Amino acid sequence: MGEKIKLEIRNMTKLYKNNDGVRNINLKVKEGELITLLGPSGCGKTTILRTIGGFLKCDSGSILIDRKPIEHLPPEKRPTSIVFQNYNLWPHMTVYENMAFGLKLRKIPKAERHRQIMEMLDLVKMTGMEKKYPNQMSGGQQQRIAIARSLLLKPEVLLLDEPFSALDAKIRSQMREELRKFQIDLNITVVFVTHDQEEAMALSDRIVVMNKGTFEQIGTPADVYNNPVNKYVAGFIGDMNFIELADKTIAVRPENVLIHRGTRGGIKGKIRATMVLGHYSEVTVDTKHGIIKAFVSCENSNIFHPGESVSLSFTKFHEYDKKDLAS
Amino acid sequence: MKFLNPKRWYYTLGREKLFELLILAVFLLFFYVPLLHLFMLAFANKYQVPAVIPQEFGLKWWKYVFEQKSLVSSISLSFIIAFITTLLSMIICLPAAFVLARFNFRGRKLIMLSFLIGNAFPRIGLYTSIGIVYYKFNLMGTFIGVLLIHMLGSMMLMIWLSVSAFRSVPREQEDAARDAGAGPIRTFFNITLPIAWPGIAVAAMFTFIASLGENQGTLLVGLPKYRTMPVEMYGVILDYPATAGAVFALILIIPNLILLLLMRKYVGPETLARGYKMN
Ligand SMILES: Nc1ncnc2c1ncn2[C@@H]1O[C@H](COP(=O)(O)OP(=O)(O)O)[C@@H](O)[C@H]1O
Ligand SMILES: [Mg+2]
Repeated sequence: MGEKIKLEIRNMTKLYKNNDGVRNINLKVKEGELITLLGPSGCGKTTILRTIGGFLKCDSGSILIDRKPIEHLPPEKRPTSIVFQNYNLWPHMTVYENMAFGLKLRKIPKAERHRQIMEMLDLVKMTGMEKKYPNQMSGGQQQRIAIARSLLLKPEVLLLDEPFSALDAKIRSQMREELRKFQIDLNITVVFVTHDQEEAMALSDRIVVMNKGTFEQIGTPADVYNNPVNKYVAGFIGDMNFIELADKTIAVRPENVLIHRGTRGGIKGKIRATMVLGHYSEVTVDTKHGIIKAFVSCENSNIFHPGESVSLSFTKFHEYDKKDLAS
Repeated sequence: MKFLNPKRWYYTLGREKLFELLILAVFLLFFYVPLLHLFMLAFANKYQVPAVIPQEFGLKWWKYVFEQKSLVSSISLSFIIAFITTLLSMIICLPAAFVLARFNFRGRKLIMLSFLIGNAFPRIGLYTSIGIVYYKFNLMGTFIGVLLIHMLGSMMLMIWLSVSAFRSVPREQEDAARDAGAGPIRTFFNITLPIAWPGIAVAAMFTFIASLGENQGTLLVGLPKYRTMPVEMYGVILDYPATAGAVFALILIIPNLILLLLMRKYVGPETLARGYKMN
């Protein structure tokens, strides 16, 4: 990843007739960076991606690629390529024809076209599929071809709108790994959209956490996990306990909760249940602030029994003022 | 006797099923018996009324029909008109259907409904008022006049079925083509049209069949110059023996049957039902 800014969005606003949409979006994406827009369904991720791709006109602001404004260009003139969640491939064309379509428009000679398509099929491990029609392939295979078809066009920025959401969990994580691998190998700039925080954490150089059409926080996965700027981000990413006090909210991750026998910790409670989750256990504790969840290593978990009185302390926590809880 | 006891039938099938079965049987009787009779007559050399089975089978009347110049020329005229009608109808209706399918503007539903008007009144009234317009523009007895009448008849199906065909093309597939570098027109011809094609072909087929069968309008505006098969049919029924009529009727039915068989995969209750959905 270089320091050069590949894609920049300046003060962009796009509202639909019903006033849904995105407001005052500012974003800089570096060359070779994979940035993820993360947020619940309906927060405006697709809207942003479609304005970058040229399928929606922004109301105000500008979009620049390599410092050149592109917001006035139609999709076919933009150096971007987009992959949707579904229906990317053209069902009346074979895999080969699907991949050749854009290359033909770029007037690439037949022999060269053939070479590039075969090379790309090899890269995505789909050699031998060129004569198949999209409906003869699984969802995962179709998305692979869709991404390959986009890569063939050598876009300056690759846009991926929940490309793996329709796939089952196992294929999803495999595709994720592969995508990350050739994104780094080919040094492509990617804007990735997902509502799945785990996917965002696993894949991204940086994550943009979104809420109702605006950005809440931009940072590396470690950043947004360790230092969420507000209660919304804290709650959206990873497991979090919230303790509501009169004037503030305390947020603490289960792995930062220590359980003590006796009353050494600040908050008293009773063990509710213990659940083994592999190499660690989840212990839930009833307190006057509600149920608090703690992760403890497995060796320690069987020393706590339901109903036992304990106390809790926190190795690390965040405080959010109730006054600025606009979010 | 057990098998013929209606009470047993009633309790085996249940009331609704029995009812459905009866309706089906009546329908089949009404629909297929005349067809079968027609078929038999067409291949009869000799047939006198009280008999059920013709006295003599053969191809005599086929030969006879194909020897009548006016009948043969009406067959080719019918097909030429049906072909041109279908083609013109597609050229005019497809772009309109695409716009109606893709853009949600005010008055869209009203426009869709307006295509229904041509089919909502007794045709003969419509033709009378069209006749006045035709006299004004000198379209009476012209080829263009006949074509216009034929296109009017199938406009609704052509538009409605094509709108639903275009609507069933996922937006993403068009967007992906734009994204790959194709302009809007190339996208329409390379992506949208081929994907929507099966639905459009069904619409074209219905247009073709409707045009082959159109008679009232052609009779009113086409005579004396343009006599299509169904128009000739009137004369055939009056002037020729029933066996010749049967032959002629079969010639009218056969292309329809062939088209329906060819498109069997795409013609179904769902295609039509989708066509009649407005939003
Ligand atoms: N064409 C549209 N017309 C009106 N509202 C829309 C349209 N598309 C999306 N919206 C609304 O804009 C908001 C953002 O949508 P979207 O960008 O698709 O969200 P996401 O991709 O994050 O799920 C949603 O509230 C959605 O209902
Ligand atoms: Mg979306």
